[in-house]
Amino acid sequence: MAEAARQPLVAVRGLKMYFPITAGLLRRRVGDVKAVDDVSFDIRAGETLGLVGESGCGKSTCGRAILRLYDITAGSIRIDGDEIARMGQTALRRLRPKMQMVFQDPQASLNPRMTVAGIIGEPLAEHTPMTQAERLERIYGLMDAVGLNRNFANRYPHEFSGGQRQRIGIARALALNPKFIVCDEPIAALDVSIQAQVVNLLEELQARFGLTYLFISHDLSMVRHIATRVAVMYLGRIVEIADRDALYSAPLHPYTQALLSAVPEPDPDYEGQRRRIILTGDVPSPARPPEGCRFSTRCPTVLDICRRVAPELSTRGGDRAVACHLHPATAQQTAGRTGGPMAAVWEPAGQIQQGEHR
Amino acid sequence: MTELAPAPAVEAALRPPRSQWRDVWDQFRSHRGALFGLLVFGSIVMFSVVGPYLWTVDPKFIAIRSRDLGMSWAHPFGTDQLGRDIFARMMAGGRVSLAVGLTAMALSILLGTLIGVTAGFFRRLDGLLMRLTDLFLALPLLPLLLVMVMLFRESLARQFGPETGIFLLIVVAIGVTSWMQTARIVRGEVLALKEREFVLAARSIGTPPRRMILRHILPNVLSPIMVSATLGIATAIITESALSFLGLGFPPDFPTWGRLLFDGVDYLQQFPERVIWPGVYISLTVLSVNFIGDGLRDALDPRIRGR
Repeated sequence: MAEAARQPLVAVRGLKMYFPITAGLLRRRVGDVKAVDDVSFDIRAGETLGLVGESGCGKSTCGRAILRLYDITAGSIRIDGDEIARMGQTALRRLRPKMQMVFQDPQASLNPRMTVAGIIGEPLAEHTPMTQAERLERIYGLMDAVGLNRNFANRYPHEFSGGQRQRIGIARALALNPKFIVCDEPIAALDVSIQAQVVNLLEELQARFGLTYLFISHDLSMVRHIATRVAVMYLGRIVEIADRDALYSAPLHPYTQALLSAVPEPDPDYEGQRRRIILTGDVPSPARPPEGCRFSTRCPTVLDICRRVAPELSTRGGDRAVACHLHPATAQQTAGRTGGPMAAVWEPAGQIQQGEHR
Repeated sequence: MTELAPAPAVEAALRPPRSQWRDVWDQFRSHRGALFGLLVFGSIVMFSVVGPYLWTVDPKFIAIRSRDLGMSWAHPFGTDQLGRDIFARMMAGGRVSLAVGLTAMALSILLGTLIGVTAGFFRRLDGLLMRLTDLFLALPLLPLLLVMVMLFRESLARQFGPETGIFLLIVVAIGVTSWMQTARIVRGEVLALKEREFVLAARSIGTPPRRMILRHILPNVLSPIMVSATLGIATAIITESALSFLGLGFPPDFPTWGRLLFDGVDYLQQFPERVIWPGVYISLTVLSVNFIGDGLRDALDPRIRGR
């Protein structure tokens, strides 16, 4: 990662986000939910980093923490040269135009009492000295860019379909010409047919405005389509990060292999050959993660050392990094032909536990 | 609303976004109960405010010979045990009762909303403010009111004159002892709203807390505020009459609806209308305000508007 030719737009180092658990009458702090625990990665300008993992592994928290929507526990976040990890919210406000977010649930992320014009115009009203007329012009421009009819400017969010609402959310994120957008599962709440539209829109906008995305999703097929690099998270840690093609063709970490093996194959000939790796047991609680490697409780190829020593995320040549004791000792164990075209439906990894059908 | 915009609509919609208040008024007009409430409330206000200029009988004039008269053209609502014209007293009493009700309600809603929103939005202040609310809820209100009136009546009367002084005292007394329910309800709503994604979205834009509250929180907690406001008017009028009854509100000869009600109670068996008139006026006021509040709440909610 470090030897990348291009300067990273976003550099995250040792990011930790703990949520305190309080108990008792005096609300004493008895522990932490370690939602994000020591995560480091870079995102280069113009690329899309896909962040995947099963439900509850800390993907969304990670995305929100990077934009400092939470007060992070520890770590460093550098966006476009500015260190924002410890910055106060007032100072941060000045930098907000550079970084924006598209949210998961377009129904919940739009204020039901504001018109579309009001929603898209809010960032403009906050950060630019535009007059009413200029702002309206810009709002219309943004609505054109995301494919919304200008006539809808006076309407309220509840009058739209899910896909249209997500377009409103995207227009709002674009309003200030950001460099970096965190897409927090922008397609999870949408129909499959609409998902493709929204993803294509995101790609088109990326090409047009030179955007950099952090694309959080649990849809591996979609990430394969849109991302240039992919990071896999498990229980608050990144277990593997690599170029898309490398990761999908030869996943190194056992968890990545298990995830990819669950992607259905549209071609029946190949589907018959697909070998699923069935993980057993539940994801451990992020409040009390297992000792050693966090995946050791469910790993099909667990070693003794895994239960004692946590593996570091270390480079395996080029752009690839894995946190696993198996590598590079035993490498290149492919989990069948995985991934498929965009329309493939992916069932969340949380559901592929237990049972031994092979 | 649902049809896709045909060609002429394009022209219409490309005008700048039109004022929200036009939509609100259109929706309000379509709510029959609210219109009816507005009409009734309007006529009660007119009765109290304009009435005394048309019915120029002095409500405090004592004509002991014409006491306890029934309804007649000379005295539409009859006269009381001292021969004072009840119609004129209803008008004069309406002014005071409406003024006390509306002002005390406004004060208590203001306090309740302020404390509720602050407690819900700023976690650091939550414990402190909610314990304060609990404290006020635990206080026995009537004794507290009595003490307040005892302590401050003289000084306020000297400062602002007897009537304004008492008015201020009663409004403040009722206002500061009735905001707790509103504060609790609002805090609960704000806590729920704060976790919604659109608040997070506003934060990701960099909206400062002040505008976040005004733009995103307050409009969405409007419904519970509206409900407690309409109920608050009734409570304020009743509390004022209780105070007057205990001799700690306005002076005995100063008519308010509550005062008239309690004066009439002694004569309930001989002259039941003396209780019925103020009772009907108080009920009608409360009911019409409730309907107006209901209509306003619907009109202010874009999800209901246009249905």
